[in-house]
Amino acid sequence: MKQGNYRVLSNRLIAHATWEMVLEGDTGSLKRPGQFVNVQVPGKFLRRPLSVAAWDNATLTLIYKVVGQGTDLLTRCRPADSLNLLCGLGNGFDLSPSGQHPLLVGGGVGLPPLYQLAMDLVKAGKQPHLIMGFGSSDEIFYEDLFRRLISVTVCTVDGSAGIKGFVTQAVPPKGSDYFFACGPSPMLQALCSWLPFSGQLSLEERMGCGFGACMGCSIQTTLGSQRVCKEGPVFAKEVLIW
Amino acid sequence: MNTAVTLCGIRMDNPVMGASGCFGYGVEFAELYDINLLGSFSFKGTTLHPRFGNPCPRIAESNSGMLNAVGLQNPGVRQVIAVELPRMKQFFHKPVMANVSGFSLDEYVQTCALLDAEEQVGWLEVNISCPNVHLGGMSFGTEPAAAAEITRAVKAVCKKPVIIKLTPNVSDIAAIASACEQAGADGISLINTLVALRIDIKTRRPVLANRTGGLSGPAILPVALAMVRKVYEAVSVPIVGMGGVSCVEDVLEMMLAGATAVQVGAANLVEPYICRDIVEDLPRAMARHGIEDLNDIIGGIQY
Repeated sequence: MKQGNYRVLSNRLIAHATWEMVLEGDTGSLKRPGQFVNVQVPGKFLRRPLSVAAWDNATLTLIYKVVGQGTDLLTRCRPADSLNLLCGLGNGFDLSPSGQHPLLVGGGVGLPPLYQLAMDLVKAGKQPHLIMGFGSSDEIFYEDLFRRLISVTVCTVDGSAGIKGFVTQAVPPKGSDYFFACGPSPMLQALCSWLPFSGQLSLEERMGCGFGACMGCSIQTTLGSQRVCKEGPVFAKEVLIW
Repeated sequence: MNTAVTLCGIRMDNPVMGASGCFGYGVEFAELYDINLLGSFSFKGTTLHPRFGNPCPRIAESNSGMLNAVGLQNPGVRQVIAVELPRMKQFFHKPVMANVSGFSLDEYVQTCALLDAEEQVGWLEVNISCPNVHLGGMSFGTEPAAAAEITRAVKAVCKKPVIIKLTPNVSDIAAIASACEQAGADGISLINTLVALRIDIKTRRPVLANRTGGLSGPAILPVALAMVRKVYEAVSVPIVGMGGVSCVEDVLEMMLAGATAVQVGAANLVEPYICRDIVEDLPRAMARHGIEDLNDIIGGIQY
């Protein structure tokens, strides 16, 4: 983990209530896709944990949904503003257990960490397929960016784009042998019974600190109590208890 | 210039401590900086048996503060002694404060006796105030007679200083502090969190799975100062002050109210280096405010 000030390069609306923020600063503590940052929002006491969609050696991209006052305040950030971050939190996805044809499944603002993951999997010579799920077509983001990298199936709950229904309505490509997922808890739970192979899931939980000090985000697993912020947010399918 | 204080006979390089529940067993902060620069810290509330705690969500926010309902998650005293204390010994070389909770007199006594025997433990901080657990410590901390009973029982099995940590969720905290002192407490620490509730307007349900939680953070500092002062006027044993302390000025204010040592809690969760920063700021702040020796300001509020 590293604490530092990051300069806002851009902050823009990319879909319904969904924003993309690009920040400039030290990304050395980001080692794996699926790690997150904890952002200090001026005027709010607790930091806001946000997943990292992509990073390079000088910038990182965050995608967030406006769900309350804190994230609404974030939308007011302008280029050249400074934000204080705890960067490089959590464990992230482990690419090594994946086979040649991993399936990526992302729901809504669970998709961001899958973008860096998709890039890394492609770089590792894998051929991932992505199922992206949204409530409605106006919530869709990053579809083109993903399509430039890998094959994509879109699902919307209201049927306004792609397959109508939840991500479990999609048909995984033949030969899929492993999965990586991030999204709302009911979706993750459904995936674990729907997909016959192993995988890793990134969980979301309300957090106090984001670095393991407060025990505010502990869950019960087959490994005992685990902190979503520290031992997670990515867990193997087999250790989760639903 | 002197920043050292003496708490129940144990010298501390400075009065700044990490507060129980916000500092774990020190591991997460020792990864960030050398925590030996602290006066000490109070480790995660420990019970006789392992506890998972409450379901999530355990955390909610408020203006200038937060609510928690962690529910005393801890691995149990035997695991703390077998794993956490030996690990802590690698990176922390000062006496640590052992925070203890329990659900019966017997649990408090057993847990305290086990920790009292550990060389690394300097003080026992007995939490009779955690507001989160149904049928939990609350009943001991809200009645002077019950608080005194716990104090006497723990004192009977401990050689080390016993500090009783009080809840602010009472009508007369000074009466409870006095009862503890008369029962043999070597010190008093306060305040624990204030009972608090947030409601999700959309679902009309409490934000916390436990329904209520404990309020901490800068919002409660003035409440803590008033209560520390009230207790300072009622007892002669030293006081460990806490509640919303977030910067060096807050430490000085807490000492002026009557605290000998000062714990920093929720601030660690949002500013992980805050305890280090406060310790480093201390000499400059003392110079700014004309303080040569921190001991001179303990209880020094002028009326």
